[in-house]
Amino acid sequence: MALLEVKEIHTYYGNIHALKGISFEVDSGEIIALIGANGAGKTTTLRTISGLMEPRDGTVHYDGDDISGARADLLVSKGISMVPEGRGVFAKLTVEENLDMGAYTRRDKGIKDDLDRVFELFPRLEERKKQFAGTMSGGEQQMLAIARALMSNPRLLLLDEPSMGLAPVLVDGVFDTVQRIKNEGVTILLVEQNAHMALQIADRGYVLQSGEVALSDTAANLQQNETVQKTYLGID
Amino acid sequence: MDLSQSRTRQAIITLGLLSGALILFTGAVGMIAAFHEREVVNDFITLGQLVLLITPFIFGYTAANRLGMTGESPTSVIGGGIIIGLLTTLPTTLLLLFNSDEFRFLLDWSLRLAPFVVATAIAWRLHRQNVETFTLIGSWLLAAVLIGIVTFSLALIFEVKGELRSVLVNINRDWVEVVTFDNRKDLMRGIFVFSLASAVAGFVGSLCYYVPRTPRRAMFYGLSVTLLVGAFGETVRLVLQENLERDTLNQLFRRDTLRQNAALGLLVVSTVIGYLWAAFGDRARQGFQNLGGQQRQTTQMIGTVLFVAVLLMLPWLIGRTLSDVAVTIGLFVLMGLGLNIAIGLAGLLDLGYVTNYAVGAYILAVMTSIGPLGLMKGTFSFWMVIPIALLAAMFAGFIFAVPVLRMRGDYLAIATLGFGEIIGKLAISDWLKPLIGGAQGVQAIPKPIFLGTELRNPEQLYYIVLVACLVTLFVSIRLNNSRTGRQWMAIREDEDVATAMGIDTARAKLLAFTLSAATGGVAGAIFAAKVGSVFPNSFTVFISINVLSLIIVGGIASNPGIVVGAVVLIGLPELLREFSDFRFLLYGALLIMMMINRPQGLIPTKIVTHEMRAGVKAKVAAGD
Repeated sequence: MALLEVKEIHTYYGNIHALKGISFEVDSGEIIALIGANGAGKTTTLRTISGLMEPRDGTVHYDGDDISGARADLLVSKGISMVPEGRGVFAKLTVEENLDMGAYTRRDKGIKDDLDRVFELFPRLEERKKQFAGTMSGGEQQMLAIARALMSNPRLLLLDEPSMGLAPVLVDGVFDTVQRIKNEGVTILLVEQNAHMALQIADRGYVLQSGEVALSDTAANLQQNETVQKTYLGID
Repeated sequence: MDLSQSRTRQAIITLGLLSGALILFTGAVGMIAAFHEREVVNDFITLGQLVLLITPFIFGYTAANRLGMTGESPTSVIGGGIIIGLLTTLPTTLLLLFNSDEFRFLLDWSLRLAPFVVATAIAWRLHRQNVETFTLIGSWLLAAVLIGIVTFSLALIFEVKGELRSVLVNINRDWVEVVTFDNRKDLMRGIFVFSLASAVAGFVGSLCYYVPRTPRRAMFYGLSVTLLVGAFGETVRLVLQENLERDTLNQLFRRDTLRQNAALGLLVVSTVIGYLWAAFGDRARQGFQNLGGQQRQTTQMIGTVLFVAVLLMLPWLIGRTLSDVAVTIGLFVLMGLGLNIAIGLAGLLDLGYVTNYAVGAYILAVMTSIGPLGLMKGTFSFWMVIPIALLAAMFAGFIFAVPVLRMRGDYLAIATLGFGEIIGKLAISDWLKPLIGGAQGVQAIPKPIFLGTELRNPEQLYYIVLVACLVTLFVSIRLNNSRTGRQWMAIREDEDVATAMGIDTARAKLLAFTLSAATGGVAGAIFAAKVGSVFPNSFTVFISINVLSLIIVGGIASNPGIVVGAVVLIGLPELLREFSDFRFLLYGALLIMMMINRPQGLIPTKIVTHEMRAGVKAKVAAGD
């Protein structure tokens, strides 16, 4: 059974119909890419799944439970963790404190081990753990945002545009990391404008267009698809 | 480059006229004459004269800095200083002339000519921007008519009233006496002395730019210490009175003012200390940084112990009057630390903090009063009611937080402002009159009794406030370093992301408002016991504004900053009671100056300092 099952969701910003019946599935252990242009509804989809927005219609099932419209802060302890768009690190908190906020829902002894785990994944963060997050470079902040999301020990990681505003070299690094996180057994839902990179690491992909799923296929097939190539990969 | 350069000229004229406007304004609101009543150094200079001279000095120095930085020659920099000094006197001189009988005609003529001159100036500007002739004439006419209406009405007013003084009440004899440096009888001589003194001040100010950094800092330090001691002579004398022989004191002071040789001595000593600090202070700080962890901790420990010892002995050191001031400062520190939880940590702009203060005060008043409104008449002591006041304030904080939970930023601020007003209206209402006395308030509140002693003096009440402040400070520091504190900071930084971290933002905000209210309740209760009565007009929006301002002036989210902010914003006005007419004027000016020159506050937190520096760097990088 799918870990996440999104069925016909409709989400609105006031009167603006942002998601017009989006459905997709994410199986355990997969990387799923949601690609599409600006305003296609990618971020809104993530916000709806994570509980920051409520769908007016349709359901979101996570691990068999209906979580549509559930409170965002409660979903974190169920194992859904989000890396927000634009990174959203707490600028005036240190790296260490940011990571502690990531583990906010937890009181268990495992926090220490997970801290070691993310420091192993991102050695740079350990060097800078006393530094204020706002004073780090964009790449480091992205690492921190991902590390912070991992601190809640998630089963499903929602990644919103991790490549946004990063230099190409750093983008490679970020996608490598995403792959490694997948290999540790975390399921990943990746929202990206950089379709090229996203499809390289994803298992399957969905193409969103004005709030609807326009295409869905395996990542390999999508990369070969003529429309996708023209519109999102810049290949003529 | 030289003075003929239009940019340089413009900078000098702008600064000079600004300085002049400042002098004119302070004179017209009566500040200079009021300040003249207070001598800074006996038979040498008064506070009023000091304002007249320090203004061109500061502007001269500022201009020199600005011009020197752009590579102007020393001649033009120093010439600029002198010109600024002269320009400073210009507006005041004009007003002096207008005010005199002989030159009254100047005023009449300038009022008549002003519309034409100003309109022509405007038209000339437009002409240089190649505006069509038709528009040019039109705008000339429009400007002339509009300005004409103003000047004509002014002329009419002066005509009817006869004297300037009847319109500008503070342009009176006292003012003339100060600005002419006691030459009221011989106006020309007075204007000459004034201009000369101001030009010299501007000259000296610009000269300071060429003094090397270390001696300059020493000089500024020495000068400001001496002038501050002089200006606050009364307070300093009160402090010294507790610790010095009468005879020694009389050698230093003549009544409340510093004697000339004492001032000179102080100037020398503080300049030397300032020099040592400027020359070796950095090295000392560096040395401290380099100390090993152990040694550093010991040094810090000694510092803390000394500080606490001074705090404990304070009432003996400063005497009754100042202890009273210290108690007031303490109450505001208490409220500042409380409000800081909401504003500094959680980023919730609460403009209704007075609510908690009022709740605490009225709870204590009603529960302990032995007057007609007392509910228990002596069954409850001060100590038993303090926790009740604290809980009641927390409850009030909670109740008021519930409806505003969904609001953010400006909307929240306005809503809380409304609550503050509601409390004020409730306190004065007929509805609650049987309970809390309406406008008459609650009287006959007994003083706290500690081990059989009635704590009726400010020296004794000081300790209650001190303990409350220390406890709050401790809690506040602990909160800062806890997950609870960080959860608030996370909300302050980004509410959505905080939610995505699993933080229940509604609960966290409620907690912030509730805890924040607690110290307000305690402060209110102590205030009520100190004064012995509670009136609704003690609980205005100004309390909220005061608490907020001291947090901002001190440095947001910075505990030491809050203490310093309270001393500056609450303590200084208490010491300058005689000038209370200008309290809010100076208060506003201080806030504006702070926001322009030091927006991070007096003692900012590490991260804010960092951000400011990063901001400056970014500006430099952007070539701004």
